[in-house]
Amino acid sequence: MDNVITLNTPLTRDIVRKLKAGDHAEISGVVYAARDAAHKRFIEMLDEGKELPFDIKDQVIYYVGPCPARPGEVIGSAGPTTSGRMDAYTPRLIELGLTGMIGKGLRSGEVVEAMKKYGAVYFGAVGGAGALLSRCIISEEIAAFPELGPEALRRLVVRNFPVVVVTDSEGRDLYSSGRESFQRVFVQKREG
Amino acid sequence: MREIDVSQITEIVEKLCMQANYELNADIMAALEEGIKHEESETGRRVLCQLVENARIAARERMAICQDTGMAVVFIELGQDVHVTGGSLYEAVNEGVRRGYENGFLRKSVVSDPFDRKNTGDNTPAVIHCDIVEGDRLRITVAPKGFGSENMSGVKMLKPSDGIEGVKAYILEMVDKAGPNPCPPIVVGVGIGGTMEKAALLAKKALLRPVDRRNSDERIRKLEEQLLGLINGLGIGPAGLGGRLTAMAVNIEVFPTHIAGLPVAVNISCHVTRHAEAVI
Repeated sequence: MDNVITLNTPLTRDIVRKLKAGDHAEISGVVYAARDAAHKRFIEMLDEGKELPFDIKDQVIYYVGPCPARPGEVIGSAGPTTSGRMDAYTPRLIELGLTGMIGKGLRSGEVVEAMKKYGAVYFGAVGGAGALLSRCIISEEIAAFPELGPEALRRLVVRNFPVVVVTDSEGRDLYSSGRESFQRVFVQKREG
Repeated sequence: MREIDVSQITEIVEKLCMQANYELNADIMAALEEGIKHEESETGRRVLCQLVENARIAARERMAICQDTGMAVVFIELGQDVHVTGGSLYEAVNEGVRRGYENGFLRKSVVSDPFDRKNTGDNTPAVIHCDIVEGDRLRITVAPKGFGSENMSGVKMLKPSDGIEGVKAYILEMVDKAGPNPCPPIVVGVGIGGTMEKAALLAKKALLRPVDRRNSDERIRKLEEQLLGLINGLGIGPAGLGGRLTAMAVNIEVFPTHIAGLPVAVNISCHVTRHAEAVI
C-alpha cells in the first residue's frame, strides 16, 4: 500500500505534530498494553504521590487485553478495545508525557483538548482483527499488576503494527471526516 | 423420559466455546466478502479484507477471532421429556465454559462483582437462558458476547403512539450514536414488544439468526430491509472510518405486548457475532 508512514517508539512530540488524521502508519518498538483496571491504578498511584510503573514520557499506550498465548506463541489474539472507557484517566497521562494511544472508537472532548495542548496522537487499529494484529507483536512481558490478569500492564514490542491516525494533535478527527463523504441519512438528535 | 448426563453437557459447551471463538460463521464471512465487492470506500475495503484475513488466521491457528472472547451467553432448549442426571444443569454449563476458556486459550473477561471488579479467572458465570420445549432433546447455543458492542445497546419504552416511525428512529439513533465503537460492520438485533426484559431477550436471540435470513413475516422483513438501507446510509462504514457497510443485517423479533406499551430493545453486535450450537 502507498504512503505508509514508518514510526518508531518512543514517539516524540516533534513527530506527533507532523501526523495528520487519515495518515496510515506502521509502528515498531515498545508499546505499553493497558486498559480499564490498569488506568484506574495509574491514577490511584498518582493521587498517592507515587511514580507510575513505567516512564510515560514519549510512550504509546495500546488499549488491549490480549488472549493468553498458546505454548510456543508470543501472545494470543490482541486487537484494540474501546478507547472511550479510558477517557476519564487519559488527560492526566497526556500531561505527564504520553504521546500516543492505540485503540478504537470515539474519544471525549477533554481528551482531544489535552492532545492539542500537550501534543499527542490517537491511532486506530482495526477492532476485531486481534488474530491478525497479534502477528505484529514480537514480545510480551508483564510490567506491573500481574494480579489483574488480562488487564495487567504489559510491555509489548511490536513490528510494523498497522494503524491509522484517527485524531491528530490539532484535533482533526477521521471518524467525522471519513463519515462525511458517505453519509446520506441523518439522525435527528432527540432528548432522553 | 430420556436421560442425559451432565458430563455430556459440559463436554459440548467446552467445544462450543472454542468453536464460536475460532470460527467465523459462514454467513458472516460471506457478508464480509460480498461487502468488499460493493464497498465504495477504499479504506473500508482495506478494513474488510483485514477482517476476512483475520478470520482465516483464527480458524487455521485455532486462535480467537477477537481478543474479547466475551461473556458466555448460553441458550438452552430443554425438552420436557429429558431428565438431566448426574448433577446440576447450570453447573455443568459453567464447567463447560470454564474448561472451554481455559483449554482454548481464550480471555477471561468476567468480574465477580460490578463494583469490586475482581476477575473470576475462568470466565464464569455464564449468562444462561433456559427454555422448556416439547420433545426429548437438548439444544445448546453458546453465543459469546463482546462488550464493545454490548455497551452500545439499549432498551426504550416507547409509547404506542410512537408507532413504527418511533421504533425506526430509536434504532437509527442507537446505531448513529454508537458510531465506530461496536466494531462495524455490525449486526443489529432488535426486540419489539413484550415487557422490558422480554424485548431485551428477543433482541439478543435475534442475533442468533444468520445475517442472510430475513424474518418470515412479510411486514417485519420489509422493516428489516428498510432499516438496513437507512443504517448503511449513515456513512459510518467498516471500522467506523467512513463507508457504506455499517451493518450486515438488522434482525428483528416481535412479541405481543401490553395495551399501554411499545418496548423496543436494540442489541448491537460486532462483525464477529459469534454463536455455535449443538443438539443432544
